[in-house]
Amino acid sequence: MALVEIRNLVKIFPLGESIFGGGATSQVRAVDDVSLDISPGETLGLVGESGSGKSTLGRLALRLIEPTSGSIKFDGGDLLAAGAGEMRRLRRDMQIIFQDPFGSLDPRMRVEEIVSEPLIIHESLSLSVRRSRVAELLRTVGLDQSAGRRFPHEFSGGQRQRIGIARALALRPRFIVADEPVSALDVSVGAQIVNLLAQLQREFGLTYLFISHSMPVVRYLATRIAVMYRGKLVEVGPTLQITTQPSHPYTRTLLEATPEVVM
Amino acid sequence: MSSAAISLGRTARHNPLASAGVVLVAMFAIFALFAPWIAPQDPANIDLPSRLQAPSSSHWCGTDELGRDIFSRLIYGSRISMLVGSCVVAVSLLLGLIVGSIAGYYGGGIDRFVNIVVMNAFLSFPGILLAIAFVAFRGPGIFNLVLALSLGGWVGYARLVRAQVLAAREREFVEAAKALGASDLRVIVRHILPNIIQPVIVQAAIGMAGAILAEATMSFLGLGVPPPTASWGTMLNDGRSHLFDAPHLVLFPALTVMLAVLSFNFIGDALRDFLDPRSRIEAGL
Repeated sequence: MALVEIRNLVKIFPLGESIFGGGATSQVRAVDDVSLDISPGETLGLVGESGSGKSTLGRLALRLIEPTSGSIKFDGGDLLAAGAGEMRRLRRDMQIIFQDPFGSLDPRMRVEEIVSEPLIIHESLSLSVRRSRVAELLRTVGLDQSAGRRFPHEFSGGQRQRIGIARALALRPRFIVADEPVSALDVSVGAQIVNLLAQLQREFGLTYLFISHSMPVVRYLATRIAVMYRGKLVEVGPTLQITTQPSHPYTRTLLEATPEVVM
Repeated sequence: MSSAAISLGRTARHNPLASAGVVLVAMFAIFALFAPWIAPQDPANIDLPSRLQAPSSSHWCGTDELGRDIFSRLIYGSRISMLVGSCVVAVSLLLGLIVGSIAGYYGGGIDRFVNIVVMNAFLSFPGILLAIAFVAFRGPGIFNLVLALSLGGWVGYARLVRAQVLAAREREFVEAAKALGASDLRVIVRHILPNIIQPVIVQAAIGMAGAILAEATMSFLGLGVPPPTASWGTMLNDGRSHLFDAPHLVLFPALTVMLAVLSFNFIGDALRDFLDPRSRIEAGL
């Protein structure tokens, strides 16, 4: 059974809404009738150009934004029917890693506070237990324990992304949306992060929705690939099939546009 | 933090007005806290034979029409100014933070109602007029005075906070906190407010100057603290009838009010310059 089951999902953003709450003059269909299954343990690569609705779909899957219509099931339960309290509990199992490692960490918090925040919200642990959990998490993502006392601006982009990953892992989630986690990093650092994500998947049995515009990265990490174009899902299939025998012309364009990089 | 301390020191050297402001505010604060030990005489001690005396070595700022020592009364007056000023700023700030955060964070209909209806309604009256009406209705006294001045004061903070929250809630670390399952209260208090507090502090420093001036105005109109408590505004009113035969009755309280207002404005300006990275770059810090 699929861990995440998305059916006929639509998200329409109004454009040019008046300050008096009048009707929007125009709208954009960011996600247009998308249906998608994500199986436990797999990495589904979601590719498409900028503005194709990939990130919107990722946030919809976590219900960080409300869809206009359609349904989302997480582990068999209707995600959109969950109340505020239940939704907060469900967040333990679903996390997100952001594209921008500079914007996604609160600049006024120490790394320790950032990584322990999910534990504070969801688990009542004593300070010493929490401290040791944070230290363990930092070690898991390849950071030194001493990083905890420092502020995010003292770290490089790759290290910050590791902090973001540690925070996402803190509650041992089952499903992680990785929203272009390496596109803001340079290639070698990005490769390290991709390898870390692959290693964590093996260790913790994670399920990824890996959003990217880079075909080589997705090809390396994903077990299946979904291609999005202008809000619509144009093609879904196993990585090998999509990369070698793409059936949709847009997928072909996307493949031809990316230079061959052996990873 | 040490680098911040260093550039704060530099700011002080590059900005003598700010240093003067800090020194003056510290002086007024010490006056307010230790008035009974600093004041040379009892501010309420009436000495009719030596009334309306010009400044001398025994009365540094002269005496008023009841023979009370003006210098001592000024020192005691700083108690009222500082107390009312800081309470007004605290109450306005608290109200402004709460209302502004709610309007900015939730947006939509709540925001439109608070921003367009409530705030504009308060802004359409001069704050001092609202305060006069309030005191006339509730009667004088420190508590009512603080409430009266906060009534018009909170809107400025609420507008500022709303605008800042509106921008901050779109930042990615706020979304990250929501994705972790943080409650709205936690997102606002732990993530948004610490990141928007700097301009609010600047506004509070400048607001302190406004509050002191407003307190003096209210006391001048007889709507402040009841006599015989010394207040700068009351002293100005008392001296009004002797403007030509004993101008020191008006001169010294007026100078004191001016200095207090100026010093808080200097501090506010300097804080704004210090916290605004663009002007720091221009100043070569």
